[in-house]
Amino acid sequence: MSIEIKVPQLPESIPDATLVSWHKQAGDAVKRDENLVDIETDKVVLECPAPVDGVLKEIRIQGGATVTAGQVIAILEPGVVAAEKSATALTASSKPPAAVINETATTLTKSSAATVSTPASRSDMPLSPSVRRLVEEHQLDPAKIQGSGLDGRLTKGDVLEYINKGGELPASTGSVTQPAQSDAKAATSMTRAVSDNRENRRVPMTRMRARIAQRLSESQASTVMLTSFNEVDLSKVMELRTRYKDKFEKQQGIKLGFMSFFVKAVVEALKRYPVVNASSDGNDIIYHDYWDISVAVSTPRGLVTPVLRDADQMSFAEIEKSLTDMASRARDGKITLEELTGGTFTITNGGVFGSLFSTPIINPPQSGILGMHAIKERAVVVDGQVVVRPMMYIAITYDHRIVDGREAVLFLVSIKEQLEDPARLLLQI
Amino acid sequence: MSQSFDVVVIGAGPAGYVCSIRAAQNGLKTACVDNWKSLDGKHAFGGTCLNAGCIPSKALLESSEMFHKTQHEFAAHGINVGNPHMDVAVMQARKAKIVSNLTGGIAALFKSNNVTGIRGTARLLKNGNVEVTAFDDPKQKEILEAKHIVLATGSEPVELKIAPFDRKDIVDSWGALEFANSPKRLGVIGGGVIGLELGSVWQRLGSQVTILEAMDNFLFMADQQIGQAAAREFKKQELDIRLGAKVTGTDKGKAGISVHYEDKDGKHDIVVDKLIVAVGRRPATSNLLEEGTGVKLDQRGFIQVDEECHTGIKNIWAIGDCVRGPMLAHKGSEEGVMVADLMAGKVAEMNYEVIPSIIYTWPEIAWVGKTEEELKKQGIKYKAGSFPFAANGRAKAMEAATGMVKILAHADTDEILGVHILGPMASEMIAEAVLAMEFRASAEDIQRTIHAHPTLSEAMHEASLAVDKHAIHAINR
Repeated sequence: MSIEIKVPQLPESIPDATLVSWHKQAGDAVKRDENLVDIETDKVVLECPAPVDGVLKEIRIQGGATVTAGQVIAILEPGVVAAEKSATALTASSKPPAAVINETATTLTKSSAATVSTPASRSDMPLSPSVRRLVEEHQLDPAKIQGSGLDGRLTKGDVLEYINKGGELPASTGSVTQPAQSDAKAATSMTRAVSDNRENRRVPMTRMRARIAQRLSESQASTVMLTSFNEVDLSKVMELRTRYKDKFEKQQGIKLGFMSFFVKAVVEALKRYPVVNASSDGNDIIYHDYWDISVAVSTPRGLVTPVLRDADQMSFAEIEKSLTDMASRARDGKITLEELTGGTFTITNGGVFGSLFSTPIINPPQSGILGMHAIKERAVVVDGQVVVRPMMYIAITYDHRIVDGREAVLFLVSIKEQLEDPARLLLQI
Repeated sequence: MSQSFDVVVIGAGPAGYVCSIRAAQNGLKTACVDNWKSLDGKHAFGGTCLNAGCIPSKALLESSEMFHKTQHEFAAHGINVGNPHMDVAVMQARKAKIVSNLTGGIAALFKSNNVTGIRGTARLLKNGNVEVTAFDDPKQKEILEAKHIVLATGSEPVELKIAPFDRKDIVDSWGALEFANSPKRLGVIGGGVIGLELGSVWQRLGSQVTILEAMDNFLFMADQQIGQAAAREFKKQELDIRLGAKVTGTDKGKAGISVHYEDKDGKHDIVVDKLIVAVGRRPATSNLLEEGTGVKLDQRGFIQVDEECHTGIKNIWAIGDCVRGPMLAHKGSEEGVMVADLMAGKVAEMNYEVIPSIIYTWPEIAWVGKTEEELKKQGIKYKAGSFPFAANGRAKAMEAATGMVKILAHADTDEILGVHILGPMASEMIAEAVLAMEFRASAEDIQRTIHAHPTLSEAMHEASLAVDKHAIHAINR
């Protein structure tokens, strides 16, 4: 049986409103409480949630049109489309909310009262036996009840309290998206027009996350960061890898990746432009005559940067082995604090996740960070001809307080030149 | 000579060694310093728990209870063994073997987890380093540098001036575990957990035991219904427990040790061959801190810490018996885990509300959460349900149908607020209650959970039904 979706009751003294934009198209499946369309008045923007699961059969009024309260704007065909059935069955027969904007909602409620109640199935959080019993007895939707137990679970007391309060949420949860001038009374009468199942989960940051957040804020506050870009044609590197990867793996005992090429290119470029390898300290610039390269590794707990110490003295195989070892230990949480501190320059690779182009943030007290990105085949021009090459955008974010544009740009060019002609890595030019 | 670590833990008892292992598993370079000297002069990890407390006492309780059964229970089963005889030396040897097995186990765990175990006495210096005096040579000192320091020095028995320890006849709990034979007449000052357990051991092996408890209530910290039921059981076992008895002095003479005490009826004396003083334990912090470390002790010597066991001085933590809270091994261990996780930058916390307490007498006593008295005092409305083991089939088959399970639940929300057990295997059964309370379960949740039949755990099930006056296997009043 179709339901008419109507414009909700508008706040007092507002004659009409504008249908801003539909979030769903005709034919789309919708879930209960999903926002279908935004309706804008002078004071507030209201949401119009789907009263039940179903399919948006027909949109009667298009976005941009002016509408009045109670006007039918769409037709919804109720029906179970999503995987979760039980929530619908239960809510359909729960007590009708006090302030109703859609008579059809009430009609639906009444007609579904005859629905055989299915036993409450498990939602995200398993329900304990007493909670299951109460939910079934009172035909409740567990998703609507606030849980105060371990990890937010529902306790019997939570459910009893919910039942004693009449099974409704307090009126003040009527939410409006843009309270230009919040009209409290309007908000109350608007309660039923908006989703009553908004939950904010406040999760305290893990210590690691909090520390990362703090360091990044400090980095941003203390350095003057600027990012310069270039692009690298990796065809020669890839050719080298294809030709020698099996031999390399056999003789060196580790896969030949891209990182060793990049680390070597970076070290050479740092030698040529030493200020990029330096750190600032008050009014001094500290030049480091060693090259400890931090490599960003993503772990389940956050980003960490193990350090390749004296990377200038490491061979391709040593670099690859060291990185593989440190990355897996970092992910298992077994890396030591020493291995994560220090470092004169960082390399980060957003490309593993698909990033094409980005502006990395410096790891203080370093003065530069190289961002590697996804390798994409692109049409480029070589000697007047359009060819397809595997290209990577590279970015250097540098601290402009001590590194000038000239050094940063030339640094990046040096990396590009070395990688586009790998013989230069061998010859260190 | 100086070594450098991420974490130095002072003390290798259940709090310290667990913290060390967890810290090492978290990737921190950890050392654990400990100075326990066994009776044979050798070093052993494991602290009081493994060497002079939890473990040896449970070994003796097991042996003595088994002996007790031969004399008092075997006949009921139709087993005739004549006149069984107890070889105390063999009992002690078994206990010693178990202890050495477990303390050696800790050394092995340290090794496999890369914890550097250091045998020596540690002291926190005001510059933040740890000074270690070698176990074998008091002149040999070394300095340890550490990013984090965890103080886990535990506790030691309180000594009474009126009954000073002489390590022979007037002994502390450790001494009481080492008797070579059961004393003919044994006095125990202190009717708490330790006094009761030790008194039980020797009473089962033939000693005439008198326990002098200063408080008027027996087991004042336990639920009184359970406490009184327990007192009746111990009386049946002829364990002489005298309440309200304040010891005023002792005299050693040829006939034995005279113990003078006063109660509401006046002054009394008893004469015993051995006297155990078990009036409590105090934190072992007297030589731990150099002046000026900034770490604060309260007036009883406990190291002051917040709810994360942080002392207030950066990166200095304290756990176990040397800080506030129940002096229980599992509490120390979990504090150790929490601190090891916090030091590694993880999120961690302790739930102090749901720590079980156990007394390993027979019948065992176990509880978690609030007592009826505490709920009354806090003005919390509650309902109570209890079920006697006398009506439990498994208990009867075990010839152990004594005691009860009692559950206290909130009158409105039905949330379980406390569970108290007197009876067989109470120490194991309490685990169900602890888990339930961690999940803030209601009595109804236990009602609706299937408990196997025939088991002792059914008594928990029936008690939960009794909360709502619906017990099936008992008359509901």
